[in-house]
Amino acid sequence: MNKPLTRPNTYRSGPDAQGKFGGFGGRYVAETLMPLILEVERAYAEAKRDPAFHAEWRRLLTHYVGRPSPLWFAERVTEHLRAKAAPGHGARVYFKRDELNHTGAHKINAVLGQILLAKRMGKKRIIAETGAGQHGVATATACALFDLPCTVFMGATDVARQQPNVFRMKLLGAEVVAVESGAATLKDAMNEALRHWVAHVEDTYYCIGTVAGPHPYPAMVRDFQSVIGEEVRAQMQAAEGRLPDVLVAAIGGGSNAMGLFHPFLDEPSVRMFGVEAGGHGIETVTGHAASLTGGRPGVLHGNRTYLLQDENGQILEGHSISAGLDYPGVGPEHAWLHELGRVEYVNATDAEALAAFQLCARLEGIIPALEPAHALAHVLKIAPTLPAETLIVMNLCGRGDKDIFTVARLLGEAV
Amino acid sequence: MASRIAARFAALRAEGRGALIPFLEAYDPDRATSMEILRGMPAAGADLIEIGMPFTDPMADGPIIQAAGQRGLKAGATLGGTLAMVREFRGQDDATPVILMGYLNPILSYGAERFAADAAAAGVDGLIVVDMPPEEAEVLAPHARAAGLDIIRLIAPTTDAARLPLVLNASSGFVYYVAITGITGTRSAAPEELEAAIPRIRAHTDLPICIGFGVRTPAQAAHAARVSDGAVVASALIDTLAKSLDAEGRATPDSVRRVLAQVAELAEAVRGAR
Ligand SMILES: Cc1ncc(COP(=O)(O)O)c(C=O)c1O
Repeated sequence: MNKPLTRPNTYRSGPDAQGKFGGFGGRYVAETLMPLILEVERAYAEAKRDPAFHAEWRRLLTHYVGRPSPLWFAERVTEHLRAKAAPGHGARVYFKRDELNHTGAHKINAVLGQILLAKRMGKKRIIAETGAGQHGVATATACALFDLPCTVFMGATDVARQQPNVFRMKLLGAEVVAVESGAATLKDAMNEALRHWVAHVEDTYYCIGTVAGPHPYPAMVRDFQSVIGEEVRAQMQAAEGRLPDVLVAAIGGGSNAMGLFHPFLDEPSVRMFGVEAGGHGIETVTGHAASLTGGRPGVLHGNRTYLLQDENGQILEGHSISAGLDYPGVGPEHAWLHELGRVEYVNATDAEALAAFQLCARLEGIIPALEPAHALAHVLKIAPTLPAETLIVMNLCGRGDKDIFTVARLLGEAV
Repeated sequence: MASRIAARFAALRAEGRGALIPFLEAYDPDRATSMEILRGMPAAGADLIEIGMPFTDPMADGPIIQAAGQRGLKAGATLGGTLAMVREFRGQDDATPVILMGYLNPILSYGAERFAADAAAAGVDGLIVVDMPPEEAEVLAPHARAAGLDIIRLIAPTTDAARLPLVLNASSGFVYYVAITGITGTRSAAPEELEAAIPRIRAHTDLPICIGFGVRTPAQAAHAARVSDGAVVASALIDTLAKSLDAEGRATPDSVRRVLAQVAELAEAVRGAR
């Protein structure tokens, strides 16, 4: 049933007018939402052409978020890996420091773009889903700044394990709804946000936190997050006088990865790795959240993509040490890049991520979020095998403050 | 062969009344109980029957139908099992139209072409696929058409004049008007809203129009069947079933009787409406 994928002459032209990347993406929503999705699409197309919209977004990125985020040469990680590498090997490792953004992750880049869009559309309320709470915090932050009421849907399981972010959202004036349905994690939060949206279509904008959902969300969130890759291109040119050779990013829904990759997709010399959450191991049935390497195509949350599902097409719960990665789907553009082979999708287990988390703290003095710790785990595997002149950029897309309680518990420490 | 759906609406038009379309979720709370409810529905006054196919992530459903789906899945519901229920039902009733309602992913997983063929062979008459708008219907609609199954489309209060022809052109059998902007089992539309909405659709189609979402009481069903061609009642019946279950969520000797008694009450009201 898959349409055969023909290799495009550019990887950057998607999606088509139907919101499709190859056979992935689209708009699989109930009729009640269809007119609204089309309205968001029209409004975004107009905003994209409006220089004033871009100027306002850029102003916020510079003066409120603190962009551009630095590109840091991780010298101690590089030296550490070279010590284990064969002579002449051990790539130069750079971190894209999006954890330094206001609110501590990349999520704010796309949130500010979407909130400006919601205001243009005359929407009066904002809703969002969140897993780890980073997207919820970013949305609550932007809503405080723009004086918009904000409701964040969060699985009850995640509410319990991410208490600091729940309290942050409340301080910022947002209402947090604990979702009890299903396994009460990110997928259920997204279901509930979509249900709420259906009932409040007139005045409400749904601010989606990743490159998933119905068209135009995957393309729109990617466009906003592409600021990451665009900065990397300029910064690497300044630092090394050339393009990077390898890009590595963690994949939950895939927004920080799409943001880093997209500006480089048509550079054949740049290899890209998307690192999914391997959890307890990809060979376990529901012990991981690796939709691309451990799932198969299907339809959920408005788009056709790779999903964790059983043989009857019922959706499975993912597992990851990281609450931001345990989503059973993945953005449709990643599904397409996976089938084309343009991006290599791999995974890192809970244990590998936990080790990388600690290593990063000790060697670089940076406590990463558990999500980019998965990306770092893959860097630790490949950097020693690559020639010493190879330039790797890893998206350090979030800081680890939110995770210290989880990590302390796993390490047997009382905090 | 004229379809059961067309034949049934023609007969109802001759009688001068609208249809009662009760809903049950397959395997809720177990296969035998849901089979008994299905078997009892025509005698209780069901004119058409809608069967929900359980899905883990029912985007358009409120807590009542979500819980029914969870119970069904726990009892082992699959698409194959649901089709087997319809095949068994056809052994006793070859006239009452059966419509399956569900979400796209289990159908894609089963194989859209095989599902359409197997559903038609089992005696299914139409499909409602909530998350398959006309824009995305190519995956299933040609196979449904080839198998002789109707694709019944939802029209919402948000469906504007520009979209209406697109959605109606992609419909067959009947048109399902979603009475509220919202999910199932939450609130009900005001009578005036329905009285304004149905003629707006009627102007664009000759297909029968039925109203669902928020039709709970006999009076609401009678009104819906009067202003349109039929009333779909789902959450109110599932609520009754859910309340009849024991503390472990198992059916009690009362479960089937109570649901069918409510179908009979609704049917009486619908039949008295004209
Ligand atoms: C720091 C961080 N990185 C990554 C993710 C995963 O999302 P995505 O794959 O869309 O970047 C999250 C989600 O909560 C996050 O907080």
